[in-house]
Amino acid sequence: MSAAPVIELRGITKVFGRAAATVHALKGVDLSIASGEFVSIMGPSGSGKSTLMNITGLLDQPTAGHYLFGGAEVGDLSRDERALLRRHFLGFVFQGYNLLPRTSALENVELPLIYQGRPAAERHEAAMAALTRVGLAGRESHRPSELSGGQQQRVAIARAIVARPDVLLADEPTGNLDTARSREIMDLLQELNETEGLTIVMVTHDPKMAACSRRIVTVVDGLISDDATVGEAA
Amino acid sequence: MRFLLETARLAVRSILRNVLRSALTVLGIVIGVAAVIGMVGIGQGTTAEVTGQVSDLGSDLLVVHPGSIMTGGQLAPLFDEADFLAIVDQINGIEAEPLVARSGSAVFGGESTATTIEGADNGAIDILGYDLAQGRVFAETEMRSGAPVCVIGSTVREELFGVGNPIGETIRVRQLACEVVGLLVSKGATLGQDDDNVVFLPVRTMQRRVAGSRDIDAILVTVNDPQRMGRVETEIEALMRERRGIGPLEEDDFDVADMAEVASMVSDITGILTGLLAALAAISLLVGGIGIMNIMLVSVTERTREIGIRLAVGATGGQVLLQFLVEAVFLSAIGGAVGILLGLGLAWLVTGLLSVTFIVDPVIIAVAFLFAAFVGVLFGYFPARRAARLDPIEALRHQ
Ligand SMILES: Nc1ncnc2c1ncn2[C@@H]1O[C@H](COP(=O)(O)OP(=O)(O)OP(=O)(O)O)[C@@H](O)[C@H]1O
Ligand SMILES: [Mg+2]
Repeated sequence: MSAAPVIELRGITKVFGRAAATVHALKGVDLSIASGEFVSIMGPSGSGKSTLMNITGLLDQPTAGHYLFGGAEVGDLSRDERALLRRHFLGFVFQGYNLLPRTSALENVELPLIYQGRPAAERHEAAMAALTRVGLAGRESHRPSELSGGQQQRVAIARAIVARPDVLLADEPTGNLDTARSREIMDLLQELNETEGLTIVMVTHDPKMAACSRRIVTVVDGLISDDATVGEAA
Repeated sequence: MRFLLETARLAVRSILRNVLRSALTVLGIVIGVAAVIGMVGIGQGTTAEVTGQVSDLGSDLLVVHPGSIMTGGQLAPLFDEADFLAIVDQINGIEAEPLVARSGSAVFGGESTATTIEGADNGAIDILGYDLAQGRVFAETEMRSGAPVCVIGSTVREELFGVGNPIGETIRVRQLACEVVGLLVSKGATLGQDDDNVVFLPVRTMQRRVAGSRDIDAILVTVNDPQRMGRVETEIEALMRERRGIGPLEEDDFDVADMAEVASMVSDITGILTGLLAALAAISLLVGGIGIMNIMLVSVTERTREIGIRLAVGATGGQVLLQFLVEAVFLSAIGGAVGILLGLGLAWLVTGLLSVTFIVDPVIIAVAFLFAAFVGVLFGYFPARRAARLDPIEALRHQ
């Protein structure tokens, strides 16, 4: 499970704004994540966790530094090149679910496959399988407004895994859920990581959730202050 | 290809999601296209009618009548028999026929009808494009002596005789009792005027017994060699100026009209009108396009989060652009199609009222439709590009 890391960040910085109003969100982050890892990112509010996730997820570009994804430099790719990498290798889960409104769970899950140009029958089958995988078989025709928060997040997870990505990125996936619902989501992520070897990077504020992962990276003020394997860390 | 299909499906869904708004959005396009199709249809119908009428009369025909087309007046002195004879004598290579026209009533038994009474000999009736349906034309002696005989149009026959046989009956035309010797084939109406509501008398009969003067209202001149039309026209003009004593600096108080010229004048006028209305329609299309742009911009803002989601799962900017562009084009194409149907309906209605041919020109329809779709591309592009350039992170964070 070692070999070349799937994600390797070297000296990543991110500066927002211009002139007097600049914010140094990341100040030189080095982070290496191997295939099959389940990593939690913790840290105080405004420390740069989301910024780090967005750069890792190729939604944003670093100001400086190197980003090797699967061994290839991706820090300076164009918008469309990054879109293609996201389409084929990355899955996202957000705190606010981010499902298309007035659209069935099934169609929400099919979305990434549409951009992959897969035929309808194949899309349908894969989306049904993903919904079953997250325990929502039978809910495929429900719209987001007809589902609970926990169920909506499951649809979002199904959408993130339907195209069999290499890495799942989750920014506070349980941030809007109660403890019991959060527990269920964490069990699901843990299971996906263990049985399917899916690499997961997750931002969380909750130490109990972080404890479900196998490695906890702590970000403080734009820098990694601690990087520990679960069980060993203090 | 598969992606295009998905895009089209998506566009249809998003249009159907808000039918009322979509309908209001395309109203401008609908009106613009309907106006173009309607006006061009009416214009073409009218032009075809006039052209057909003129080709019935023949392109070798010159009509000489007092008063110019420009001043439109009948105030100028009429021609007389001497003018007519001068033309016959002094201009070579032509046939000429005098024409005297009045309006009045024709009466038979208890029936009476208002009609046009034309003094015209056989040659003139033929030049005017009438054919005999029943009976005979005037005899040579009748024309020379001014006998009380007449040939009637089919409307006059219907009014006075119904389906009965008019030949041999005696009708009263104004004060003159005359025998019906012939019935004409129906010509139909031109631009709302019924050509069959007419009674023809020999010119001499008309002058002596109806008009009570030797005046002539118009002279029909047929030119034997069509190549000489222009020459003959100039010769007649010179002759009439001399006879009517018009000084070198004075305007003609008569007109020599070439039928082809009349036709091209009429089609010029309809062309100008059609052009003007088409320009108005184009403005309406432009306004319609701006309406589409406005709604698409609103739509992009409303759907910012959706765009963010699509970008996050791997849509390229180009794919988002296409999605919104296809939606705009669908909207305007639907508007175009509805406008075409409305415009055809309008043209059908108006041409029916004018009793003019209803012409469907597939080229104009295709052009109008493509132009509507093009308006969609033009005005959909700006909002679509705005959608495509959204930053995925900011779009996802949108409200
Ligand atoms: N688009 C932006 N423009 C300007 N400043 C930004 C932008 N995005 C983030 N920042 C700033 O960068 C810093 C890090 O933000 P980030 O969202 O990464 O924090 P976070 O660790 O995710 O916080 P939280 O736990 O509250 O989500 C903050 O100071 C924030 O204000
Ligand atoms: Mg954050």
